[in-house]
Amino acid sequence: MTTANHEDTTTLQLALAWGFVGIPLAWGVIQTLINAMKLFH
Amino acid sequence: MLSFLDRSHTIAKPGFSRWMVPPAALCVHLCIGQAYAFSVFNLPMTKLLGITKSTPADWKLTELGWIFSIAIFFLGVSSAVFGRWVEEGGPRRAMFTAALCWAGGFFVSAIGVYAHNLWLIYLGYGVLGGIALGIGYISPVSTLIKWFPDRPGMATGMAIMGFGGGAFIASPLSVWLMSKFSTATHIGVAETFIVLGIVYFFFMIVGSVIVRVPAPGWRPAGYTPPVAARGLITNNDVFVYDALKTPQFWLIWWILCLNVTAGIGVLGQASAMSQEMFPGHITPVAAAGFVGLMSLFNMGGRFFWASTSDYIGRRNTYFVFMVLGFLLYCTVPYTGAVGSVVGFVCCFLVIISMYGGGFATVPAYLRDMFGTRYVGAIHGLLLTAWSMAGIFGPALVNYIREYNVTHGVPKAQAYNTTMYIMAGLLVIGFICNFFVKAVDARHHMAADDTRGKEPVGAEA
Repeated sequence: MTTANHEDTTTLQLALAWGFVGIPLAWGVIQTLINAMKLFH
Repeated sequence: MLSFLDRSHTIAKPGFSRWMVPPAALCVHLCIGQAYAFSVFNLPMTKLLGITKSTPADWKLTELGWIFSIAIFFLGVSSAVFGRWVEEGGPRRAMFTAALCWAGGFFVSAIGVYAHNLWLIYLGYGVLGGIALGIGYISPVSTLIKWFPDRPGMATGMAIMGFGGGAFIASPLSVWLMSKFSTATHIGVAETFIVLGIVYFFFMIVGSVIVRVPAPGWRPAGYTPPVAARGLITNNDVFVYDALKTPQFWLIWWILCLNVTAGIGVLGQASAMSQEMFPGHITPVAAAGFVGLMSLFNMGGRFFWASTSDYIGRRNTYFVFMVLGFLLYCTVPYTGAVGSVVGFVCCFLVIISMYGGGFATVPAYLRDMFGTRYVGAIHGLLLTAWSMAGIFGPALVNYIREYNVTHGVPKAQAYNTTMYIMAGLLVIGFICNFFVKAVDARHHMAADDTRGKEPVGAEA
């Protein structure tokens, strides 16, 4: 909740912020990992 | 409206969680990290006219290679030139500017592809994009250091890990977008640039909205700043241009330059090197997998080593890089001689993790030496070491290999000399690190020093 002198960060805001960057990054890492597995084939 | 971008409008109010700042930093670093994946456009851009194969009027790979080089050059230049402006103007203004330049660079490049004018791409992605890289790289790092005085290594490691991870997203996304926009008579590079520009602009703007600087006097709950300097960690600040007058700045400049030179050369040649050192054992497909694995260790090393430096100290972390790197580089020719693919792969995965770790640990090293007030601007000046290493690293590997091959050395052994030279560079890096001492008190800023504008909230 934000007031003139206060700006509480909620758990939902934290989850949204981390999900916003974490989900694309996790997708990219998985794609790279799938590609990297070719080394062991 | 633009006052929204001012530093004074980004001061966090009580109750704001500092854990909102790493995602804000990642919003920028994940986007500008796309630079590492720009090569996915190179081959398609050599066939924009011929579509199925290159025609004489199509661009050459050598011409396209300059796009990335110009961007990295302007990264170094802009971070050095605009570092003080970034520090004093605040992270929101800097991140907003980086977003405009980054997206603008893609849009100008899209026009360049439509008009088949390479100079527009040099200007767009190279110059505008390079400026975005420099400003976007240093701004969130400096902000995180101020929010995490108790764990500066971990904090900067998170952001710089994002820069390494940006390519993981950009590479498959760009390939997928090009496949969607391409037809039998058209290669969809320009459309892909436009979509990427829009997506990256949105992401970076979200980051600039979220970001905050700590209020003056703020400190994390339970954290008590040390009263006196501890070893190399100072409680004082050094003015950005005074840092240039200290031997510590130039020693760390050389440490970064040598560490990056040792890593960047093999990073670019990993695929060819692995196939030539192990002919018949590592196929081109397996080599591509090896490069992917190296990218993951490059990214993971950024977070791991920078976080580790919070516990063992920045100087000791670089001692580990230099000693372990020296041993591993000396071991690589042996793995080739005995045909140990596993040994070769393990050596390079650790080496490349320390390459990433070197980037991620250096902002906290600077903070230890020069304080938090101008750490972003000093970091910007230090990144010129990256530009220098970007030229020398690949050249060392390529030219020495070429010399060896033309003088009759078998390809499987053509890299051995380079490995020993890299090991030698790390010995020099060790010596530089050994001579790093605390900054002399005469360089410290006085409490009433009026140089530059007072960066509000930088006291944390």
